[in-house]
Amino acid sequence: MSENVWTSKSLSDRLRGAVASFGLPRLIIAGFLLLLFIMAPFVGVNFFTQITNTLNRFSWNAVMVLAMVPMVHSGCGLNFGLPLGIVSGLLGATMSIEFGFTGAMSFVMAIVLATPFAVVLGLGYGWLLNRIKGGEMMIATYVGFSAVAFMCILWLLLPFKSPNMVWGLAGKGLRTTISLEGYYDKVLANFLQVRIGDLVIPGGTILFFALLAFAMWAFLHTKTGTAMTAVGSNPTFARASGINIDKIRILSVVMSTWLAAVGILVYQQGFGFVQLYMAPFYMALPAVSAILIGGATVNKASITNVVIGTFLFQGIVTMTPTVMNSMIHMDMSEVIRIIVSNGMILYALTRKSEAIR
Amino acid sequence: MTENAPLLEMKGIRKDFFGNQVLTDIHLSLKEGEVLGLVGENGAGKSTLMKILFGMNVIAETGGYDGDILLNGEKVRFGSPFDALAAGIGMVHQEFSLIPGFTATENILLNREPRHKAGVVSQIFGERLETLDRKKMQDQAASAIQRMGIRIDPDMVISDMPIGHKQFTEIARELSKDQLRLLILDEPTAVLTEKEAEALLASIRGMAASGIAVIFITHRLQEILDVCDRVLVMRDGYAVQDVPAARTSIPEITKWMVGRSVDTSASARADEQLETGRVIMSISRLWVDMAGETVRDVSLDVYEGEILGIGGLAGQGKLGIPNGVMGLYEAGGSVTFDEKPIPLNQPRSCLDASIAFVSEDRRGVGLLLDESLEWNIAFPPMQIQNKFLKSYLGGLIKWRDEAAIREVTSRYVDSLQIRCTGTRQKAKELSGGNQQKVCLAKAFALEPRFLFVSEPTRGIDVGAKELVLNALKRFNREHGVTVVMISSELEELRQICDRIAIVSGGRIAGILPATRSSEEFGMLMVSQVK
Ligand SMILES: Nc1ncnc2c1ncn2[C@@H]1O[C@H](COP(=O)(O)OP(=O)(O)OP(=O)(O)O)[C@@H](O)[C@H]1O
Ligand SMILES: [Mg+2]
Repeated sequence: MSENVWTSKSLSDRLRGAVASFGLPRLIIAGFLLLLFIMAPFVGVNFFTQITNTLNRFSWNAVMVLAMVPMVHSGCGLNFGLPLGIVSGLLGATMSIEFGFTGAMSFVMAIVLATPFAVVLGLGYGWLLNRIKGGEMMIATYVGFSAVAFMCILWLLLPFKSPNMVWGLAGKGLRTTISLEGYYDKVLANFLQVRIGDLVIPGGTILFFALLAFAMWAFLHTKTGTAMTAVGSNPTFARASGINIDKIRILSVVMSTWLAAVGILVYQQGFGFVQLYMAPFYMALPAVSAILIGGATVNKASITNVVIGTFLFQGIVTMTPTVMNSMIHMDMSEVIRIIVSNGMILYALTRKSEAIR
Repeated sequence: MTENAPLLEMKGIRKDFFGNQVLTDIHLSLKEGEVLGLVGENGAGKSTLMKILFGMNVIAETGGYDGDILLNGEKVRFGSPFDALAAGIGMVHQEFSLIPGFTATENILLNREPRHKAGVVSQIFGERLETLDRKKMQDQAASAIQRMGIRIDPDMVISDMPIGHKQFTEIARELSKDQLRLLILDEPTAVLTEKEAEALLASIRGMAASGIAVIFITHRLQEILDVCDRVLVMRDGYAVQDVPAARTSIPEITKWMVGRSVDTSASARADEQLETGRVIMSISRLWVDMAGETVRDVSLDVYEGEILGIGGLAGQGKLGIPNGVMGLYEAGGSVTFDEKPIPLNQPRSCLDASIAFVSEDRRGVGLLLDESLEWNIAFPPMQIQNKFLKSYLGGLIKWRDEAAIREVTSRYVDSLQIRCTGTRQKAKELSGGNQQKVCLAKAFALEPRFLFVSEPTRGIDVGAKELVLNALKRFNREHGVTVVMISSELEELRQICDRIAIVSGGRIAGILPATRSSEEFGMLMVSQVK
């Protein structure tokens, strides 16, 4: 009866369709990044070192971007409360060092010790978000701020003793940055490292991310994962199909918080330092904008969005300073980073969201 | 302005959605004060044509259209509905376009609110800061509602309204516009009972008499003959007939629509003796707090294997009954199913007891608009009955079985003749009637023992209506499923039900065999109206 009549379309029409489906901002950013890569050799920057840097930063950050996925799926929006999970990760990290674990073991124990904090904090955070359906992202931001502020006090008061972490003179209170040398500095990055000339690929870190991403992808294909997507897509439909919406939403928040905790540990092992006090504060925005650049919206996000977005965002962040600086001898990197990340968030939030009911 | 040019002319309109051609060379012209009936099967392209005329954003977002629209002989191309409104075109949408958090009054007068005389603030900062004249708003809205000949509460918030009232609010909004020259009504009567529809038809006639042109889309063909001057019949995106309404008949229109004859004579069931067997569901002293469809005190026994109809005027509570029993709105009283009590206010308890529900609110409750047909149909059985899942690690991992999901979806796409480009198409891209079929498929896929269907044929064309009613009947006869069907269309109820209960004033006014005359049912409907 209704056969598809695929009329032949002109090339320009097809091109316009491709642009529309890929998203204009994403196209501009990808184009800009490509331009940077092309320009690199001409301004005397080593191309392969740049790729290596980009891959490194990708591998440090990808897990934190992945942490956005579950809450977007369940309709809780973008997790601006990421610092809450990061704080759990920091607790795991500091406790693992305090208890005297070293090397790879300290990384494993950091994850293990962070988990109960992430779960408990996630439960409370999820419970809170269930009270204020519709205003999740605002409250999430607020939760993130409060978590950081509260922990600023605790970092000073908690009875940590390890001389590697506390202020040398006072003998108490944690330092703002703690070196991970001897602990889990580069444990993942140096594992399965691939070297091709100047190009170094942090195989272990990427593999670790790939495992988590695969687990997330698989979860979204299970019964519960399907329910999570449906809750985000139309909560009334889900409720009428017998789904306990609140439970699913809490689950998504716990998952997101735990991934943020693991994410910060992965970041630390690459970076080589634990950063306390105000540092978690600055982590949410880059993660949010990365997934948006990747093509996610406030209520739809996929693993592909995570990978593409993190790569583009971190690519810009690493490439701009070197390339721009060699070109115009002026530090533009911070400006570009701020424009890209905040601009992307603004764009996404003002854009008509997909599901209007 | 050209003299003697028709008010509206559409010439050679073509539209495709990413290669899927849905309108081909449509010509249409309309004089002042003329009423044009637009009919066609589900997915024939009626709503799309009207969306083009009204400048809706979806059209531009999906690649625009070809062809010309002329108003009074002048070519126009509306970039947005605001342009269309400014040109004197009004539209009542098939899927409502109201602001959920606003009251009926506010919605009716949106952007056209009467204002207080300019105060200091607005003289400085412009008219956007003028204050609203609430009193005058009330009056204007009330008179628009009055003109429609139906009662709705002007102060009720849209999100609390049952669909019937949303429909009325939309119509009242259009009726209250003074500069209106052309009104588009896309299936305004789909959720109305005959009486209410009659009131609406009368006001259409009134408008036409005052020189307003009307385009009227409906699947109730009698209404076309009652009120239209001309009928335009569409099939598969082509305009196949354009004739004066006086010179045609329902069977003829039907034939043009579907390309074959359809028996539409609503034959009431032969009075077979019902063995009023076992009571399968017993509802007693049920109250439901559903705004606009409040149920006050309903006691009702449903017999195993029967088809029970529930009818009544809009707003009297007939829709509240299934919504309350299924736990979607707050309810009290007691319900037993198969001799076991069903706890109220928990959707899961009903679903676990093998009771399914097709909601009248297909966009709000019935569909995952942003997901594929596969998800829409397979989701409830997957979640409730663990169907379409593959188990690994001793049931620890329940993996979606995509092949099984596709299989069941295409089965229902075939059997209900859902018109789509594939089982992966998003639900929001289907035409209204086809979305309705998806809602039914979803319930069928649950293979329940007991089925509530609320307005099952809302927006479904004449041919497909047979199909849907037959599917329900078959479901009932062959699988022994007890069906409770809630509908505003009495004829449809009489066609397939064994007994029909009439709800009035939130109570059961009476239960009669379906063979009784429509007058008797009509009496019951108005017996306790509040
Ligand atoms: N946004 C969209 N994207 C893709 N296809 C669409 C979209 N909107 C409509 N269609 C397709 O266009 C065709 C015509 O749809 P339309 O809504 O105009 O039908 P209709 O005549 O109003 O039917 P009904 O009586 O069921 O309301 C359908 O096949 C539908 O699937
Ligand atoms: Mg339609």
